[in-house]
Amino acid sequence: MRMQRKINPGELAFETALYLFMIVVGITTLYPFLNVLAISLNDSTDSVRGGIYLVPRIFTWDNYGQIFTYSNLLVAFQNSVLRTVIGTIVGVFSSAMVAYVLSRKDFIARKPVSLVFVLTLYFSGGLIPMYMLMRDLHLINSFWVYILPGIVNAWNIFVIRSYMDGLPYSLQESAKIDGASDLTIFFRIILPLCKPVLATIALFVAVGQWNSWFDTFIYNSSAQHLSTLQYELMKILANTTAGASSADAARAGDPSVAARVSPESIRAAITIVATLPILTIYPFLQKYFVSGLTLGAVKS
Amino acid sequence: MENLSLLQPATAVPARKRSKWRLAFEQRYLFLMSLPFVIWLFVFSYLPLWGWTMAFQKFKPGRTFGEQQWVGLDNFVQLFREPHFYMVLRNTLAMSFMGLAVGYTIPVVFAILLNEIRWSPFKRSIQTISYLPHFVSWVVVAGIITKMLSTDGGIVNEILLALNLIDQPIQFMAKGEWFWGIVTMSDLWKEMGWNSIIFLAAISGIDNEQYEAAKVDGASRLRRMWHITLPGIRPTLMVMLILSIGWLTSIGFEKQYLLGNSLVQDYSEVLDLYVLNYGINLGRYSFGTAIGIVNSLVAITLLLLSNRIFKRITNESVI
Repeated sequence: MRMQRKINPGELAFETALYLFMIVVGITTLYPFLNVLAISLNDSTDSVRGGIYLVPRIFTWDNYGQIFTYSNLLVAFQNSVLRTVIGTIVGVFSSAMVAYVLSRKDFIARKPVSLVFVLTLYFSGGLIPMYMLMRDLHLINSFWVYILPGIVNAWNIFVIRSYMDGLPYSLQESAKIDGASDLTIFFRIILPLCKPVLATIALFVAVGQWNSWFDTFIYNSSAQHLSTLQYELMKILANTTAGASSADAARAGDPSVAARVSPESIRAAITIVATLPILTIYPFLQKYFVSGLTLGAVKS
Repeated sequence: MENLSLLQPATAVPARKRSKWRLAFEQRYLFLMSLPFVIWLFVFSYLPLWGWTMAFQKFKPGRTFGEQQWVGLDNFVQLFREPHFYMVLRNTLAMSFMGLAVGYTIPVVFAILLNEIRWSPFKRSIQTISYLPHFVSWVVVAGIITKMLSTDGGIVNEILLALNLIDQPIQFMAKGEWFWGIVTMSDLWKEMGWNSIIFLAAISGIDNEQYEAAKVDGASRLRRMWHITLPGIRPTLMVMLILSIGWLTSIGFEKQYLLGNSLVQDYSEVLDLYVLNYGINLGRYSFGTAIGIVNSLVAITLLLLSNRIFKRITNESVI
């Protein structure tokens, strides 16, 4: 009788269902990635036979060696790395600077400057006016189209600012009395204290940069040397949209290109290369982005 | 101590009124740190708005602004006469609302259920795993979804076949009627964990004593979730709902572009894609801009409308 009180049948059923549900969620999330990983490590002619799930049947590193011999994947990879590094440094630094200015309640132009940034959250010019602008600024077929439009982002600014608002004001005050300029206060006092939130924003910006393909597609598609990894992957996937009819695959582009690059294993290998860098970083920053995200939501 | 009063204008009443210019000079670094970005913002965010004038012109790229031919609302009239436009609008609205319904409710349920897990290493692992797809690009996700749903060894079809639910593989990616569902589910798969972060944070703020008290009263787990957890995160639920509604038509076109193909075009084309196809690929800039403006108007209307409904139901307003 005492045992029964402890293990209530309803409770037990609930617990079991709960854990089962979570395991199913975990598997549905992870399986596709593990499957792609297994295929990328499997012999490419063997992969055609199908039936590879979690473990490679004939293990090989060849696919990874092969992908960089294809067209300009290496260039695309370099561009992706470059835009991620430059874009993140510039983006985080600029947003932090604006955030600091807006966090200074005594700044006389605080309201108008703040408003100018807030408004951008609610509208955008749209695809074509943006395209025209880039054309007029001579940013078409240029690397800088990856960096310039995204230098500051209102949302990031507000997340950083709300973090700065939480810092004790007395630190700035005493530095002021010691004669430190606003610039010094920002660099010496504020920036070092903001590391957690800056790490979060850096992650967001870096992920955005690394994952974007559309700007390459729309602004730089005729400049091969400015291609990016995601764009190359997009082209390969478009050429081999499996599942759709073969007529559709033919429509998607030059069949010879498709035949050359299509083996599933090559595609899988590129997918892993395009995914792995970020997947190895984010778990370590989890603590930061969870709090950063929560902060942003509370404020907005 | 002059500096102190300068730093705290809220508390220090301007007893000795400083000249505005002197204050501006003292804050010169603050101007230096923000004005370049304000200028940048005018170029990259406000200047494109000027481009909206194109919608009222018969825009020709070579001409200067003064030389453009003005056509009034012709482009809009033409757009509203186009039957294709209504199909695209239907697709946009359908996928927006499906995305809202599923993309908002499921993460809430997921967060509440995850909160019930007591074995914390397991809980933490599931959490980390669930954030993973958020960090992956849509290009990769589209590739994965296409592969999982393929008729040629796709795992979904294999499972359905093995369970004898179907006798023949379903051509998910080639049938228009599946498309909206596939986009919605892909989005859910990608963002469920990520979108649950805020709800989880809100849940962790609920006072534990409430649960203890309910337990003493003999409330079951389900009842505790329903009567304590859910009301406990009500403010967060409301704010997130309004925010999601605000993002409703900014569904973009990435998913639709990457997952779609010519076979499902009638269901996959959304307003932004329409802009892309007509405006940029065919060079009909004015027409494309008009579509873009309509898209923005639809977005604003939806936002105001939903805020109104929301206000009537809850007497709260967020905008």
